[in-house]
Amino acid sequence: MTSHLMPPLALTLVDIGRILSLAVIAGGLLWLFLRAIKRKEVERRVIFLFIFVSVVAPILFPTVFQEKATPIVKDVFDKIESLPPGSVVLLSYDFDPAMAPEVQPMADAISRHCLVRGLKIIYMCLFATGQGQFTSTLENVIKPEFPDKVNLVDYVNIGYKAGNEGVLNVIITDFKKMFPTDVDGVPYDSIAVFKGIRSCKDLDLVISIGGGKPGIKEWILFVGDPGNVPIASGVAAVVAPLMYPYYPAQMLGMLGGIKGAAEYESELVHHYPQFKNSPTPALLMMGPQTLAHLVIMAFIVIGNILYLLERKKGRKR
Amino acid sequence: MKTIGLFRFLPALTSFSIAFFIIFSPALKAQAPDDSLSTTSPDALAVSIAPPTSLVVFDYKYDDGEALELTWVPSVDDLPVVGKVTGYELYRSDNGGEFYKITELIPGSNNFRDEDLSTGVNYVYYIVALSADARAASVKTEAIQTHREWLNFNLKYLFLIALIISASVIYFIETARRGKKLFVRKIAGLEAVDDAIGQATEMGRSILFIPGINDMDEVQTLAAITILGRVSRVVADYDTKIHMPVSRSLVMTAARETIKASYMAAGRPDAYSDDMVHYVTDEQFGYVAAVDAIMVREKPATIFLLGSFFAESLILAETGNSVGAIQIAGTARPAQLPFFIAACDFTLIGEELFAASAYLSGEPKQLGSLKGQDVGKALAMLVILIAVILATISEIRPLETVRYVLDFLIQVFTIKT
Amino acid sequence: MKRNVPLAITFIVGAVLIFSVFIPPMENWGEDFTLFFDIIAVFAFFLGGGNLLRVHLTKLSRRKQDWPYSIVTIMGFLLMLAAGLFRIGNPGDINASLTEQGSLFQTIYDSVFVPLGSTMYALLAFFVASASYRAFRAKNREATILLVAAFIILLGRTPLGTIVTGWVPESFSILQIPNLAIWIMNSPNLAGQRAIMIGIGLGVVSMSLRLILGIERTYLGGDDK
Repeated sequence: MTSHLMPPLALTLVDIGRILSLAVIAGGLLWLFLRAIKRKEVERRVIFLFIFVSVVAPILFPTVFQEKATPIVKDVFDKIESLPPGSVVLLSYDFDPAMAPEVQPMADAISRHCLVRGLKIIYMCLFATGQGQFTSTLENVIKPEFPDKVNLVDYVNIGYKAGNEGVLNVIITDFKKMFPTDVDGVPYDSIAVFKGIRSCKDLDLVISIGGGKPGIKEWILFVGDPGNVPIASGVAAVVAPLMYPYYPAQMLGMLGGIKGAAEYESELVHHYPQFKNSPTPALLMMGPQTLAHLVIMAFIVIGNILYLLERKKGRKR
Repeated sequence: MKTIGLFRFLPALTSFSIAFFIIFSPALKAQAPDDSLSTTSPDALAVSIAPPTSLVVFDYKYDDGEALELTWVPSVDDLPVVGKVTGYELYRSDNGGEFYKITELIPGSNNFRDEDLSTGVNYVYYIVALSADARAASVKTEAIQTHREWLNFNLKYLFLIALIISASVIYFIETARRGKKLFVRKIAGLEAVDDAIGQATEMGRSILFIPGINDMDEVQTLAAITILGRVSRVVADYDTKIHMPVSRSLVMTAARETIKASYMAAGRPDAYSDDMVHYVTDEQFGYVAAVDAIMVREKPATIFLLGSFFAESLILAETGNSVGAIQIAGTARPAQLPFFIAACDFTLIGEELFAASAYLSGEPKQLGSLKGQDVGKALAMLVILIAVILATISEIRPLETVRYVLDFLIQVFTIKT
Repeated sequence: MKRNVPLAITFIVGAVLIFSVFIPPMENWGEDFTLFFDIIAVFAFFLGGGNLLRVHLTKLSRRKQDWPYSIVTIMGFLLMLAAGLFRIGNPGDINASLTEQGSLFQTIYDSVFVPLGSTMYALLAFFVASASYRAFRAKNREATILLVAAFIILLGRTPLGTIVTGWVPESFSILQIPNLAIWIMNSPNLAGQRAIMIGIGLGVVSMSLRLILGIERTYLGGDDK
């Protein structure tokens, strides 16, 4: 466990905050635990309050855990590492603002990785609201961290087209048919990124970031499998278990939830120390996730104590 | 009835398509790779780099005659780091016309699929390697035409499997129509439908029906609407209030028609109102916010959550649980099933959602279709079992025949296009 | 007549879509039908938007319960519509990208729509806790197994899993909680998921056949003959 680098005074304040909040949570749980032994049910709102505290406290007093990339995440990282500069990667923003806190860090970290490796990126989205999310990557990652990267040469945003998997069905044979221009109306043929790219089959890697429908599954069914295109994904944690069947044969790797994003971020910082000061939102979010998981586990224990006591009472009767 | 005529028509269609397969299979001979090349170099510039060689063009198999595949050996000067080649240009001539550039390719490319072509046109190609100061062209290919194939033989196994399953579904529908009794296991969630509606009636509260957040092109939404048909019939009989906020305009229209028809059938068309179904928003969480608010304000006695759900499943189900409603949920999205099971009273798991309308209707024809599914399941179980045994054997002892059968099975269940 | 035309359309489109998979010259027909659907769905939006306005305007004019909320809905709808259609505040002209930085549309999207969406999604964290508090109780053997699995996954998805069982030697690495969590996801969970998916696939086939053959016709408005 390493703490954030902060000035000495702030460090102590943060430490005090951490200890205090942990004490509050632990004390509260102990109180509920004792109440449970007296067979008192926990009210829904009390559970909500505890979850709130356990999520907010690590955000206010950040604690960063070091992550080790699991193989399924490492495979995505290694694939990007192995691509020669100039290769073309398609990054599809198949998510909306609601899903963004979980998957935007993945999109940002992967963009960072591709750009530092000198790969060209085609950005598109199957969710109409994905366009706004790309703007976030553009403003927060590409412009400030890669000022020398040029739109249309190093990356291009072709935006959203309605039609869900229908869009994929077309671009697997012809990009231009579906995307005659980029979002700004620049014609396909004058976009340098598209040089030598006619369809998805000419891409070196496709990464779908999302978790809904259309999403990674559609990419695999309509692009990856028929076109033999390497596909990777970043998905929300709830969807991740469903995607395991596709790994590794049909999907070369996957970032699942905040944990996957955090693993990718720490892998990136490990290989490219220049990103040490870049934001690592996923790593920061692992704190709340860890504490919240613990609190949920505590509530499951309390629930079971109540249940066992009730059953005992029922038997005695 | 008209539909029965159509339905009789299907076996004929299937046999017709099989005949098609057999008749046309000799015509499916693919064009053999043709590497007879002419000797003139069309783009003769000062050559300081080597040209690509062995340019071969052949017909792309099993398509509508719209693609050709090209392969070549890259220039020997096309090397990863020290190579001089900066890219390739591919040229084409149609019916002996002038050559024009069709695409540019990155260094290291060695194949290309030329699409959007037409049948009956003679195509000739050559490829040029580019460096900073030189161009080197390959020899031209011989003229080639695209071929249209009438059947995609890559999908023959898929066709066969689809045929077996469809045929068994249709067979059991026919059997059931002739009056054979079929056993269908009890589905608790569906048995509870009448009681749940009855309870809402007794309490004088409304029923909330949520058909998922996908449009009418999603079969789960269709399944939800068919269940709505049965539910609204009971609702109309009991004179209970039904409320259905939807997130897609087309679903709104379809649901209105369905409910209206139920009220007509119950003989009380005057009790129906278009306001029972109303559109909220296409946006996922905007819709969730609205539905949650309706739950909290109206406190419905019964909530149906049937259809295609995503992250909103638990938000809806927990809110429903907190207002004390009886909840009957069902979805074919496996990721959302755990949430429904945790928070709802009854959950239709996957196929039960699709079976629901047949089950509730009690019509023999519909129940027969459920029986047909079982043949598919038996087939799946059998193949899984055989494949697992064979894979285990080949791990222990690599036998040639076992490997062969296993490879064949993998081939059968892999979809190529 | 009212039933037969839609039934015929369903039959023809369904059959064509099935056969278009196997017959290359029909390949594009499937795409065309998908496109038809999208076009119809876009036009249907006018129905939806119109209905939304009608419902809320009625509520407003009749001062029904909670009518002030309807004002918010109508204002939000009209404001976003105008901001998008007329490119209000957009640095470019009428042809500029809808999502141009600084445009009213993008500003509302960033500062209202995004936070609201995230807020609703974040409710999941609270509901997961309350649902698991109720659901994970060791009522019987199956429920107990579920409970244990839940604990392993919860721990395995955090760095704590590594810390707690980091001491387990590499030769028994499967017993380390993160690996155990991956095993649960990848083996028992996957097996169950696949079985459900096969069932769903077959269910879709049977449901589709019922629809194509016109046996199931409730969705067309009742099953009366």
